[in-house]
Amino acid sequence: MNPHTAPAWRAIAGALAQRLVQALLVALLVGTLCFFMTRMLPGDMAYRIAAGRYGYDMVSAAAAEAVRLELGLDRPWLAALLDWWQRLLQFDLGLSQVTAQPVSLEIARQLGPTVKLSLLAMSLSLLVGPTLGVLAGLKPGGLLDRVTLALSVTLRALPSFLLGLVLVLIFSVRLGVLPAAGHDDHGSMLLPALTLALGMAAVSCRVARDAMLQVRGSAYFAFALTKGLSMRQALLRHGLRNVAAPVVAYLGVQLVFLVEGVVLVETIFAWPGIGHALVHAIFSRDVPMIQGTALVLGLMFVLFNALVDTACAFLDPRRRA
Amino acid sequence: MSRPSTPSRRRRTALAAAGAALLPWRSALADDRAGPHSHSFTAAAKDVLTVVGPWELTGLDPSRAGYMFARMEVVETLLDVDDRGRLQVRLASRWQVSSDGLEWRITLRGNRRYHDGSEVTPESVLACLQRAHARPGVLRMAAIRAIALDAGAIVIRLERPFAPLPYLLTHYSCQILAPSSFDAGGNVVRIVGSGPFRIVSMSLPQQFDVERFAGFGGLAIPGRIARARYISVARAETRTLLVQSGQADLAFSLDPPSIRALGRNPKAVLLSQMLPRTTFIKLNSGHPLLADVRVRRAIALCVERQGIARALLRDPDLGATQLFAPSMPLWHDPALAPLRTDPVAARALLEQAGWQRGADGIRQRGGQRLALNLTTFLDRPELPLIAAALQEEMRQIGIAVRVVIGNSSDIPAGHRSGALEMALVARNFGNLPDPVATLLQDFGPDGGDWGAMGWRNSEVPALLAQMAARAQPANAAAVWAPARARIAALLQSELPVIPVVWYRQVCAVSRRIDGASIDPFERSYRISHLVWQ
Repeated sequence: MNPHTAPAWRAIAGALAQRLVQALLVALLVGTLCFFMTRMLPGDMAYRIAAGRYGYDMVSAAAAEAVRLELGLDRPWLAALLDWWQRLLQFDLGLSQVTAQPVSLEIARQLGPTVKLSLLAMSLSLLVGPTLGVLAGLKPGGLLDRVTLALSVTLRALPSFLLGLVLVLIFSVRLGVLPAAGHDDHGSMLLPALTLALGMAAVSCRVARDAMLQVRGSAYFAFALTKGLSMRQALLRHGLRNVAAPVVAYLGVQLVFLVEGVVLVETIFAWPGIGHALVHAIFSRDVPMIQGTALVLGLMFVLFNALVDTACAFLDPRRRA
Repeated sequence: MSRPSTPSRRRRTALAAAGAALLPWRSALADDRAGPHSHSFTAAAKDVLTVVGPWELTGLDPSRAGYMFARMEVVETLLDVDDRGRLQVRLASRWQVSSDGLEWRITLRGNRRYHDGSEVTPESVLACLQRAHARPGVLRMAAIRAIALDAGAIVIRLERPFAPLPYLLTHYSCQILAPSSFDAGGNVVRIVGSGPFRIVSMSLPQQFDVERFAGFGGLAIPGRIARARYISVARAETRTLLVQSGQADLAFSLDPPSIRALGRNPKAVLLSQMLPRTTFIKLNSGHPLLADVRVRRAIALCVERQGIARALLRDPDLGATQLFAPSMPLWHDPALAPLRTDPVAARALLEQAGWQRGADGIRQRGGQRLALNLTTFLDRPELPLIAAALQEEMRQIGIAVRVVIGNSSDIPAGHRSGALEMALVARNFGNLPDPVATLLQDFGPDGGDWGAMGWRNSEVPALLAQMAARAQPANAAAVWAPARARIAALLQSELPVIPVVWYRQVCAVSRRIDGASIDPFERSYRISHLVWQ
């Protein structure tokens, strides 16, 4: 092993250990906050859960009392919270109060589709946004720069549910080339992924454009051109890596948009993911499901951020020092 | 000058290829196998009927999403009803009641099999009914002493007579599942029914696939639907788009804007059927401001039913002239004087009741403002819109209304705590095909979670109790006609609830299928009757 790489790996291992501690804290905090927030919401929990289970036509005082008895909802808050902490330590997320299935099983079922959707969205956004951004940054004030600015502003201003509907109208209803919703048909993931990706690309395009502008004005880029490299060569060897650093760093911020978007987009496209599950769990006060899904979303956030940090460290050698 | 060194180019190419391979293309293009139907994305496959609705599968237990397995014709009940609500046999071959009305005997039809090949035995049916009785549900309405077997028949013994009992057995919580559906603890772990379709695959909470069960018969008829899929799609806009793009064959629970949009669509036709569901204002008649029937009548007079039906539901025929819709032929009384809209008369009634208009337009009496909360919920998207219209209509006659939008369960919870003032609800009187059991729940001696609250009336509960307790004569419809008319008239004059609009189920049907119809009791999608065009 090269002795020069050892400190770099040590730094990364240190950062990862720090992230692990962060993940533990996030797990504890998110779960506990969810617990208190759901308890503080107005309305009687037993009635809410009964409505979630049996449908509203069948909610009655008798059904609610049966639920209260079955789930021990009369227990003091502290006992219920301690119980949850204790089970969390044993990696047991409990049973969903609505479907009576283990929360871990439900989440395992829903996490896959969400991760697939998020990865495809992120890949599409990275393919479109930074590419256009770099091209726009090469000719600031040019036609492409102005067009991408207008598009970025429009796409970012459009709420994802509206953008999703517009895409469905174009690609499914008018052109008939992609399915409008569902999760089992050919390419049914493309429209929800595109909805998320366009919103993300709108911002990463501008970040890449500004970074490109900065690179173009830098001494090292001018030197690369002066020493006789073509624009393409200079861009590939000296430009892209420097542009990539801020774009990748910004991905960390975009994760917030992604998580928020997933919750909405999954509901619109009937995508069986974790965001959709969270919305339904909140409506029917399914506390273990809310805690479990929020926990997993929080941990995903920490994991992706750790990946972004690692990627940044690889892209920018100065960070490894 | 030389070109850049080839190793770095190769590395870049390799990196790009690896990056592309990492992209989740496989899942994005899932099911993209070449097949006879792969030329089109529409519908999962050309020969799979796709049904979409807003209902999620909240579990396998019959009491939870059992109605979805019934609608897709996977599971059956002992008895069923026809479109007019008349009892029909299903897994049972006949039913009879003892002369004292205390013992019901149900004989099973022989030669019926579950989807796992096992026989539908009286023991397996008994286990399902006992299980349903042990949980909160419709069977609790009848005072059941025991459910047992006697000479191969199911015998249900009651504490006191309950004529609507056979109708309780048509409810989805009384579905009959094969013994292999349950685990050792009695929990439902798979759905093994006896209907014309059997479950092929399931991904809770959103989707399940069924195929025709050979053991039920009927497979030889050409063009019949052999495979079908249900997808839960929460938003009405998405369901509409699925129909417009040809991805869904049957779409239920469409909102008024979607209905208008689909009316012009070449890919689908719309079917509609009035259902026994009424949207009404549930009033706390025991509340100091609402105890005076004149105030309740004033509220009823200010409601612009036709306007709400036309503007919000885009269907002027849905304005309710009485509580029971024409889709309940035995209970709808065409002779009853219809509810009318007359804000002038409403103001006069409030004046008579001592409520004088204050400086801000809101009426006052003895320093107290006529201000009330109207609670409603989001499960039915039209409810908050109707609540907003009612708020304005009541303001015009001097009643300040605060609309509180929450969860459906706030209404039974508010009823129990006594905190509810007014609530806008949509009640399904066809939940059980004989409305007597539902009405007993809603207008019984102490009112009901979804019916009267704090209403002092003994005649309606007494009439309903009589109808429930007496053995049904052969000509029951005619015998009880005066009682039904009296109940309808009392509800119309006393107004424990104020009817607003009736309900029409609209279903979009793709043009590639024939034979679709809507079940007025929402028990079945009737996919076994459909044929491909």
